[in-house]
Amino acid sequence: MHVPDGFLDAPTSVATGVVAAVGIGLALRGARRELDDRTAPLAGLVATFIFATQMLNFPIGAGTSGHLIGGALAAVLVGPATALLCMSVVFLVQCLLFADGGITALGTNIFLMGIVTVVVGWAVFRGLQMVLPQRVSSVPAAAAGAALVSVPVAALAFVGLYAVGGTVDIPLAGLTAAMLSVHALIGLGEAAITFLAVGSIVAVRPDLVYGARRVLATRSLVLRTAGR
Amino acid sequence: MKRPVSTRLLVVAGVLVALLLAGVASFYASGDPDGLTKVSEDRGFAQTEKEHQAGDGPLAGYETRGIADGRLSGGLAGVLGSLVVLTIAGGGALVVRRRRTSAEA
Repeated sequence: MHVPDGFLDAPTSVATGVVAAVGIGLALRGARRELDDRTAPLAGLVATFIFATQMLNFPIGAGTSGHLIGGALAAVLVGPATALLCMSVVFLVQCLLFADGGITALGTNIFLMGIVTVVVGWAVFRGLQMVLPQRVSSVPAAAAGAALVSVPVAALAFVGLYAVGGTVDIPLAGLTAAMLSVHALIGLGEAAITFLAVGSIVAVRPDLVYGARRVLATRSLVLRTAGR
Repeated sequence: MKRPVSTRLLVVAGVLVALLLAGVASFYASGDPDGLTKVSEDRGFAQTEKEHQAGDGPLAGYETRGIADGRLSGGLAGVLGSLVVLTIAGGGALVVRRRRTSAEA
Protein backbone atom coordinates (compact mmCIF):
# COMPACT_ATOMS: atom_id res chain seq x y z
CA MET A 1 0.00 0.00 0.00
CA HIS A 2 3.02 2.28 -0.36
CA VAL A 3 1.72 5.67 -1.47
CA PRO A 4 3.95 7.30 -4.13
CA ASP A 5 4.56 11.02 -4.59
CA GLY A 6 1.73 12.79 -6.38
CA PHE A 7 -1.36 10.87 -5.22
CA LEU A 8 -2.08 13.34 -2.42
CA ASP A 9 -1.71 17.12 -2.48
CA ALA A 10 0.91 19.04 -0.52
CA PRO A 11 -1.28 20.18 2.44
CA THR A 12 -2.45 16.60 3.07
CA SER A 13 1.11 15.28 2.84
CA VAL A 14 2.32 17.93 5.28
CA ALA A 15 -0.54 17.13 7.67
CA THR A 16 0.17 13.39 7.67
CA GLY A 17 3.86 14.23 8.09
CA VAL A 18 3.05 16.19 11.25
CA VAL A 19 0.84 13.37 12.57
CA ALA A 20 3.61 10.86 11.85
CA ALA A 21 6.20 13.03 13.63
CA VAL A 22 3.98 13.42 16.70
CA GLY A 23 3.27 9.68 16.66
CA ILE A 24 6.96 8.85 16.55
CA GLY A 25 7.63 11.30 19.38
CA LEU A 26 5.01 9.63 21.57
CA ALA A 27 6.27 6.19 20.56
CA LEU A 28 9.82 7.08 21.62
CA ARG A 29 8.48 7.82 25.11
CA GLY A 30 6.22 4.75 25.17
CA ALA A 31 8.90 2.38 23.92
CA ARG A 32 10.95 3.02 27.06
CA ARG A 33 8.20 1.32 29.05
CA GLU A 34 7.97 -1.60 26.63
CA LEU A 35 11.64 -2.34 26.08
CA ASP A 36 14.07 -3.58 28.69
CA ASP A 37 17.39 -5.40 28.52
CA ARG A 38 15.60 -8.69 27.98
CA THR A 39 13.15 -7.72 25.20
CA ALA A 40 15.10 -5.03 23.31
CA PRO A 41 16.87 -7.51 20.97
CA LEU A 42 13.48 -8.61 19.64
CA ALA A 43 12.75 -5.13 18.22
CA GLY A 44 15.58 -5.33 15.68
CA LEU A 45 14.43 -8.79 14.63
CA VAL A 46 10.81 -7.66 14.20
CA ALA A 47 11.75 -4.69 11.98
CA THR A 48 14.08 -6.84 9.88
CA PHE A 49 11.47 -9.59 9.47
CA ILE A 50 8.84 -7.06 8.40
CA PHE A 51 11.20 -5.46 5.86
CA ALA A 52 12.02 -8.89 4.40
CA THR A 53 8.43 -10.09 4.36
CA GLN A 54 7.23 -6.88 2.68
CA MET A 55 9.32 -7.94 -0.32
CA LEU A 56 7.22 -11.09 -0.67
CA ASN A 57 4.21 -10.04 -2.73
CA PHE A 58 1.64 -12.82 -2.90
CA PRO A 59 -0.94 -12.98 -5.71
CA ILE A 60 -4.55 -12.33 -4.76
CA GLY A 61 -6.03 -12.87 -8.23
CA ALA A 62 -7.10 -10.51 -11.01
CA GLY A 63 -3.50 -9.52 -11.74
CA THR A 64 -3.09 -7.99 -8.29
CA SER A 65 -0.70 -8.76 -5.45
CA GLY A 66 -0.32 -7.79 -1.82
CA HIS A 67 2.25 -8.11 0.92
CA LEU A 68 2.32 -8.15 4.69
CA ILE A 69 2.15 -4.73 6.32
CA GLY A 70 3.09 -6.03 9.75
CA GLY A 71 1.71 -3.37 12.11
CA ALA A 72 -0.46 -5.80 14.09
CA LEU A 73 2.33 -8.38 14.11
CA ALA A 74 4.81 -5.88 15.49
CA ALA A 75 2.37 -4.50 18.09
CA VAL A 76 1.72 -7.98 19.52
CA LEU A 77 5.39 -8.98 19.56
CA VAL A 78 7.06 -5.83 20.92
CA GLY A 79 4.22 -3.53 22.06
CA PRO A 80 2.46 -0.78 20.11
CA ALA A 81 4.93 2.07 20.75
CA THR A 82 7.98 0.02 19.80
CA ALA A 83 6.00 -1.35 16.84
CA LEU A 84 5.49 2.13 15.41
CA LEU A 85 9.23 2.81 15.70
CA CYS A 86 10.03 -0.49 13.93
CA MET A 87 7.54 0.27 11.15
CA SER A 88 8.90 3.80 10.72
CA VAL A 89 12.45 2.50 10.28
CA VAL A 90 11.20 0.07 7.61
CA PHE A 91 9.36 2.82 5.68
CA LEU A 92 12.28 5.23 5.95
CA VAL A 93 14.74 2.67 4.55
CA GLN A 94 12.30 1.59 1.80
CA CYS A 95 11.69 5.19 0.79
CA LEU A 96 15.30 6.45 0.76
CA LEU A 97 17.22 3.35 -0.39
CA PHE A 98 14.67 1.45 -2.47
CA ALA A 99 12.53 4.29 -3.89
CA ASP A 100 9.48 2.45 -2.51
CA GLY A 101 6.93 4.96 -1.20
CA GLY A 102 7.32 8.62 -2.14
CA ILE A 103 9.60 10.94 -0.19
CA THR A 104 6.83 13.53 0.21
CA ALA A 105 4.51 10.60 1.07
CA LEU A 106 6.75 9.23 3.85
CA GLY A 107 4.52 10.79 6.52
CA THR A 108 1.46 9.42 4.76
CA ASN A 109 2.93 5.92 4.65
CA ILE A 110 4.01 6.05 8.30
CA PHE A 111 0.49 7.23 9.16
CA LEU A 112 -1.41 4.64 7.07
CA MET A 113 0.74 1.55 7.41
CA GLY A 114 2.34 2.43 10.75
CA ILE A 115 0.02 4.38 13.05
CA VAL A 116 -3.30 3.05 11.68
CA THR A 117 -2.35 -0.63 11.51
CA VAL A 118 -0.55 -0.55 14.87
CA VAL A 119 -3.35 1.27 16.72
CA VAL A 120 -6.16 -0.73 15.10
CA GLY A 121 -4.22 -3.98 15.35
CA TRP A 122 -3.44 -3.49 19.03
CA ALA A 123 -7.03 -2.47 19.87
CA VAL A 124 -8.51 -5.50 18.08
CA PHE A 125 -5.90 -7.77 19.66
CA ARG A 126 -6.78 -6.56 23.17
CA GLY A 127 -10.49 -6.90 22.42
CA LEU A 128 -10.07 -10.46 21.17
CA GLN A 129 -7.88 -11.30 24.14
CA MET A 130 -10.75 -10.39 26.45
CA VAL A 131 -13.21 -12.76 24.76
CA LEU A 132 -10.84 -15.63 23.94
CA PRO A 133 -9.70 -18.10 26.64
CA GLN A 134 -7.01 -16.53 28.86
CA ARG A 135 -4.25 -18.79 27.57
CA VAL A 136 -0.94 -18.20 25.87
CA SER A 137 -2.22 -20.36 23.00
CA SER A 138 -4.90 -17.72 22.26
CA VAL A 139 -2.26 -15.09 21.49
CA PRO A 140 -1.49 -16.11 17.85
CA ALA A 141 -5.22 -16.34 17.03
CA ALA A 142 -5.93 -12.92 18.52
CA ALA A 143 -2.95 -11.51 16.60
CA ALA A 144 -4.27 -13.00 13.35
CA GLY A 145 -7.70 -11.43 13.95
CA ALA A 146 -6.02 -8.09 14.59
CA ALA A 147 -4.00 -8.41 11.37
CA LEU A 148 -7.09 -9.32 9.36
CA VAL A 149 -8.92 -6.16 10.43
CA SER A 150 -5.93 -3.81 10.29
CA VAL A 151 -5.41 -4.01 6.51
CA PRO A 152 -8.90 -3.01 5.28
CA VAL A 153 -9.02 -0.27 7.93
CA ALA A 154 -5.74 1.14 6.58
CA ALA A 155 -7.26 0.96 3.07
CA LEU A 156 -10.28 2.94 4.32
CA ALA A 157 -7.94 5.47 5.90
CA PHE A 158 -6.32 5.94 2.49
CA VAL A 159 -9.76 6.62 1.00
CA GLY A 160 -10.31 9.17 3.76
CA LEU A 161 -7.05 10.94 2.91
CA TYR A 162 -7.89 10.78 -0.80
CA ALA A 163 -11.27 12.35 -0.13
CA VAL A 164 -9.52 15.28 1.56
CA GLY A 165 -6.42 15.65 -0.59
CA GLY A 166 -6.54 13.45 -3.68
CA THR A 167 -5.00 15.17 -6.70
CA VAL A 168 -7.77 14.15 -9.11
CA ASP A 169 -11.51 14.00 -8.62
CA ILE A 170 -12.74 10.43 -8.75
CA PRO A 171 -15.97 8.90 -7.44
CA LEU A 172 -15.31 7.98 -3.82
CA ALA A 173 -17.86 5.16 -3.65
CA GLY A 174 -16.01 3.25 -6.38
CA LEU A 175 -12.63 3.93 -4.77
CA THR A 176 -13.92 2.73 -1.40
CA ALA A 177 -15.34 -0.50 -2.85
CA ALA A 178 -12.17 -1.23 -4.84
CA MET A 179 -9.80 -0.52 -1.93
CA LEU A 180 -11.89 -2.54 0.53
CA SER A 181 -12.36 -5.61 -1.68
CA VAL A 182 -8.68 -5.85 -2.63
CA HIS A 183 -7.42 -5.22 0.90
CA ALA A 184 -9.86 -7.62 2.52
CA LEU A 185 -8.10 -10.34 0.50
CA ILE A 186 -4.66 -9.01 1.38
CA GLY A 187 -5.84 -9.02 5.01
CA LEU A 188 -6.27 -12.80 4.80
CA GLY A 189 -2.60 -13.17 3.84
CA GLU A 190 -1.67 -10.71 6.59
CA ALA A 191 -3.58 -12.83 9.11
CA ALA A 192 -1.93 -16.08 7.98
CA ILE A 193 1.62 -14.68 8.13
CA THR A 194 0.94 -13.00 11.48
CA PHE A 195 -0.48 -16.25 12.94
CA LEU A 196 2.62 -18.19 11.84
CA ALA A 197 5.13 -15.59 13.00
CA VAL A 198 3.54 -14.91 16.40
CA GLY A 199 2.87 -18.63 16.84
CA SER A 200 6.54 -19.48 16.23
CA ILE A 201 7.80 -17.04 18.86
CA VAL A 202 5.06 -17.90 21.36
CA ALA A 203 5.98 -21.58 20.98
CA VAL A 204 9.61 -21.09 22.01
CA ARG A 205 9.71 -17.93 24.16
CA PRO A 206 6.24 -16.67 25.18
CA ASP A 207 7.92 -14.55 27.89
CA LEU A 208 9.42 -12.30 25.19
CA VAL A 209 6.06 -11.61 23.51
CA TYR A 210 4.58 -8.30 24.69
CA GLY A 211 1.01 -9.38 23.96
CA ALA A 212 1.41 -12.51 26.10
CA ARG A 213 2.63 -10.68 29.21
CA ARG A 214 -0.80 -10.25 30.74
CA VAL A 215 -1.73 -13.93 30.30
CA LEU A 216 1.63 -15.08 31.66
CA ALA A 217 1.30 -12.82 34.69
CA THR A 218 -2.14 -14.28 35.46
CA ARG A 219 -0.82 -17.79 35.02
CA SER A 220 2.14 -17.41 37.37
CA LEU A 221 -0.18 -15.86 39.96
CA VAL A 222 -2.46 -18.89 39.78
CA LEU A 223 0.48 -21.30 40.08
CA ARG A 224 1.85 -19.54 43.13
CA THR A 225 -1.51 -19.64 44.89
CA ALA A 226 -1.92 -23.30 44.06
CA GLY A 227 1.55 -24.09 45.42
CA ARG A 228 0.74 -22.94 48.93
CA MET B 1 10.93 -29.12 31.69
CA LYS B 2 12.88 -28.47 28.52
CA ARG B 3 15.41 -25.68 28.55
CA PRO B 4 14.07 -22.52 26.87
CA VAL B 5 15.71 -21.23 23.70
CA SER B 6 18.06 -18.34 24.52
CA THR B 7 17.15 -14.87 23.29
CA ARG B 8 20.41 -14.73 21.35
CA LEU B 9 19.65 -17.98 19.51
CA LEU B 10 16.09 -16.85 18.77
CA VAL B 11 17.22 -13.50 17.35
CA VAL B 12 20.05 -15.02 15.29
CA ALA B 13 17.74 -17.71 13.87
CA GLY B 14 15.02 -15.13 13.16
CA VAL B 15 17.44 -12.80 11.37
CA LEU B 16 18.71 -15.73 9.28
CA VAL B 17 15.12 -16.52 8.28
CA ALA B 18 14.59 -12.85 7.33
CA LEU B 19 17.81 -12.84 5.25
CA LEU B 20 16.65 -15.97 3.42
CA LEU B 21 13.25 -14.41 2.74
CA ALA B 22 14.74 -11.13 1.48
CA GLY B 23 17.73 -12.69 -0.26
CA VAL B 24 16.28 -15.82 -1.84
CA ALA B 25 12.48 -16.12 -1.52
CA SER B 26 11.90 -12.56 -2.77
CA PHE B 27 12.86 -13.70 -6.29
CA TYR B 28 9.70 -15.78 -6.38
CA ALA B 29 7.39 -12.99 -5.18
CA SER B 30 4.50 -11.93 -7.41
CA GLY B 31 5.39 -9.20 -9.88
CA ASP B 32 1.79 -8.07 -10.26
CA PRO B 33 0.95 -4.51 -9.13
CA ASP B 34 0.07 -4.32 -5.44
CA GLY B 35 -3.41 -3.47 -4.17
CA LEU B 36 -3.11 0.32 -4.18
CA THR B 37 -1.25 0.42 -7.52
CA LYS B 38 -3.91 -1.74 -9.17
CA VAL B 39 -6.74 0.33 -7.73
CA SER B 40 -5.03 3.52 -8.93
CA GLU B 41 -4.84 2.06 -12.46
CA ASP B 42 -8.46 0.83 -12.43
CA ARG B 43 -9.87 4.03 -10.91
CA GLY B 44 -7.90 6.42 -13.09
CA PHE B 45 -5.38 8.14 -10.82
CA ALA B 46 -2.25 6.10 -11.52
CA GLN B 47 -1.02 8.83 -13.88
CA THR B 48 -0.73 11.31 -10.98
CA GLU B 49 2.24 9.35 -9.58
CA LYS B 50 5.40 11.45 -9.74
CA GLU B 51 8.85 10.08 -10.41
CA HIS B 52 10.67 9.10 -7.22
CA GLN B 53 13.47 11.51 -6.30
CA ALA B 54 15.63 8.65 -5.08
CA GLY B 55 14.71 6.57 -8.13
CA ASP B 56 18.28 6.45 -9.44
CA GLY B 57 19.85 5.25 -6.18
CA PRO B 58 22.04 2.11 -6.21
CA LEU B 59 19.27 -0.06 -4.69
CA ALA B 60 16.20 1.64 -6.19
CA GLY B 61 13.40 -0.74 -7.09
CA TYR B 62 14.96 -3.54 -4.99
CA GLU B 63 17.69 -4.09 -7.58
CA THR B 64 21.41 -3.64 -7.11
CA ARG B 65 22.78 -1.35 -9.81
CA GLY B 66 25.48 -2.90 -11.96
CA ILE B 67 24.41 -6.51 -11.36
CA ALA B 68 22.67 -7.89 -14.42
CA ASP B 69 21.54 -11.23 -13.00
CA GLY B 70 18.04 -10.64 -11.61
CA ARG B 71 18.27 -13.24 -8.87
CA LEU B 72 21.57 -11.89 -7.57
CA SER B 73 20.65 -8.23 -8.01
CA GLY B 74 17.35 -8.51 -6.12
CA GLY B 75 18.70 -10.89 -3.51
CA LEU B 76 21.66 -8.67 -2.68
CA ALA B 77 19.38 -5.61 -2.44
CA GLY B 78 17.12 -7.54 -0.05
CA VAL B 79 20.01 -8.68 2.15
CA LEU B 80 21.56 -5.19 2.26
CA GLY B 81 18.20 -3.62 3.10
CA SER B 82 17.60 -6.16 5.87
CA LEU B 83 20.99 -5.41 7.39
CA VAL B 84 20.39 -1.65 7.28
CA VAL B 85 16.99 -2.07 8.98
CA LEU B 86 18.51 -4.43 11.57
CA THR B 87 21.26 -1.93 12.36
CA ILE B 88 18.94 1.07 12.76
CA ALA B 89 16.08 -0.69 14.58
CA GLY B 90 18.30 -2.99 16.64
CA GLY B 91 20.64 -0.16 17.60
CA GLY B 92 17.72 2.18 18.29
CA ALA B 93 16.08 -0.34 20.61
CA LEU B 94 19.28 -0.67 22.63
CA VAL B 95 19.40 3.11 23.04
CA VAL B 96 15.71 3.51 23.95
CA ARG B 97 15.36 0.54 26.35
CA ARG B 98 15.27 0.73 30.13
CA ARG B 99 18.58 -0.34 31.48
CA ARG B 100 18.68 -2.62 34.48
CA THR B 101 21.31 -0.50 36.21
CA SER B 102 19.98 2.95 35.22
CA ALA B 103 22.09 5.40 33.27
CA GLU B 104 24.93 6.01 35.77
CA ALA B 105 27.34 4.02 33.62
